Amino acid sequence: MIETEGWHRTAQVEFPIVFVAWLLLMPLTPVDNLEAESAEREYVWTLNFGPQHPATHTTLRLVLTLDGERVLNAVPYVGYLHSGFEKLGEHLDFNQYVTIVDRMNYLSPLANEIAWHHAVEKLLNIELTPRCKYLRTILAELMRMHDHLLNLGTTALDLGGFTAFLYFFQQREHIYDIVEMASGQRFHTSYTRVGGVLFDVNTDWVNRVRKFIKEFPKVYDDVDRLLTKNRIFVDRTKGIGYLSPEDAINLGACGPVARASGIQRDLRRDEPYLAYEDLDFDVVCSRGGDCYSRYLVRMRELLESLKIIEQAIENIPSGPVNIAVDSDMVLPAKPSVYRSIEGLIQHFEVIMPNKGYEVPREQVYAATESPNGELGFFIVGNAETRAYRARTRPPSFIHFSMFPHLIKNHQLSDVVAVLGSINIIAAELDR
Amino acid sequence: MVELSVLQQKFGTELAENSFRDNRRVDVPAAKLFDLLSSLKSDHGFDMLIDLTAVDYLEYEGATDRFGVLYMLLNVTSGERLIVRTAVNLPDPKLPTVYSLWRGCDWLEREVFDMFGIVFEGHPDLRRILMPEEFTSFPLRKDYPLKGRGERHNFPVITRAGS
Repeated sequence: MIETEGWHRTAQVEFPIVFVAWLLLMPLTPVDNLEAESAEREYVWTLNFGPQHPATHTTLRLVLTLDGERVLNAVPYVGYLHSGFEKLGEHLDFNQYVTIVDRMNYLSPLANEIAWHHAVEKLLNIELTPRCKYLRTILAELMRMHDHLLNLGTTALDLGGFTAFLYFFQQREHIYDIVEMASGQRFHTSYTRVGGVLFDVNTDWVNRVRKFIKEFPKVYDDVDRLLTKNRIFVDRTKGIGYLSPEDAINLGACGPVARASGIQRDLRRDEPYLAYEDLDFDVVCSRGGDCYSRYLVRMRELLESLKIIEQAIENIPSGPVNIAVDSDMVLPAKPSVYRSIEGLIQHFEVIMPNKGYEVPREQVYAATESPNGELGFFIVGNAETRAYRARTRPPSFIHFSMFPHLIKNHQLSDVVAVLGSINIIAAELDR
Repeated sequence: MVELSVLQQKFGTELAENSFRDNRRVDVPAAKLFDLLSSLKSDHGFDMLIDLTAVDYLEYEGATDRFGVLYMLLNVTSGERLIVRTAVNLPDPKLPTVYSLWRGCDWLEREVFDMFGIVFEGHPDLRRILMPEEFTSFPLRKDYPLKGRGERHNFPVITRAGS
């Protein structure tokens, strides 16, 4: 009680002095370069956004300098989820590390697995079987839809549209079901292996994918009508976070973010891998460069992915899904391990660190078009069945580094729109 | 496609080219790195820096240099890729920054600094990025153990009574 009174007394005494001092100093502030020195002005204030904020979806932190509601500057701080994935990649073998890669972009785990094993197979010079190529293509495209569905849904949610979020999340559940039928896991599937996948798929799975292809367009239409011409949504996203084509190239943008700025680049078309060469699809581009364009590109890519899945599922070749066991690179099927001595020896030789397969003392960079952009892996081989260095080229990291550029001079409420439109996944950002 | 002979005319015969699978690589001494990169950008159209990373060759058989630094370049118009490799050594590993060429290198250089301790001279804001500011080691160096050096276990414990 006494303390409170004391505080009142000092406040009463000091307030007029501060006020008079401020009045005296005010005319001294130069008027013409207010803009340049605005960061130093008294009413500029700092807002700490994150690390735990609903709109960041994971843990990332922004320190925003605000003039009223206008963002003068944003300084991102990352590393809250850093767990040393690249260091772990140097200690786990090519098949084991897939469980870690899963956890990078956890919205599209299979896309990371496919990218990782794409790089490993390039290092080891493995040519996949046609069935495996088609299967991985279907799964990669399902993951692209999975990622885009969440991104579009939560962007709408952050901007006040709850319905689209629920509609899209229901479709994501169907994709989870499909992935579970194939791999036995809904989320962190660890499904791909060097030279193939864990299990082959069956007719039930193909029918489940067909059912999804049939049902999806209706939901897409619903969400399209909910959002694309929605006055509030367009007002919140159009003209926000503009990225010019020159800046996109200079800052290293890739994937939907670059394509929304008019960069016609898609690794599926430019450097075809898996079965993309045989399939017909369009590369979606937009000239807008703002959040709304990124939304449109992602929306349209959903349909293109559906088109790819539709073609691939009807043309999936028969035959083995893994490369021949004779190559000593792929694990033999479980029944043969349990029931025959040859299978057991084969399994043992692949697993044992001092046996294993031959890995060249070389380095290779291989990239795939992940939902977020170019996801590359740089592997240095050192005649061991694990990588000497396993570098990830994470698209989220590159995209988040351009965030201060995108948000400058926009409103505080646009922060969530821009964050949503570049789809930051903190686990991939920090690795 | 950029010819090696054209680059060798400008930067001398220390430039070596090799390839593995479809990766094309040019090895360059650190002293000529910046000139080569800026020539590749302005004359040969490599307008995007895809990735910048480093490798610690401490335990690598037959390696002569401690660190290799790699610049993965892309020509967006033609789709051509090129990897420029250079080497730096202890005790003073440093390279010029390429911030003036590609602003996208900002965080990539910070990450290489954070993980390997390679200093990029002239970088506008070279701070640690993934590890905390007060961290003293460089985790991706090969002489740094996988389990760390007890950083997680030696945190001061704040008790309710002592706070």
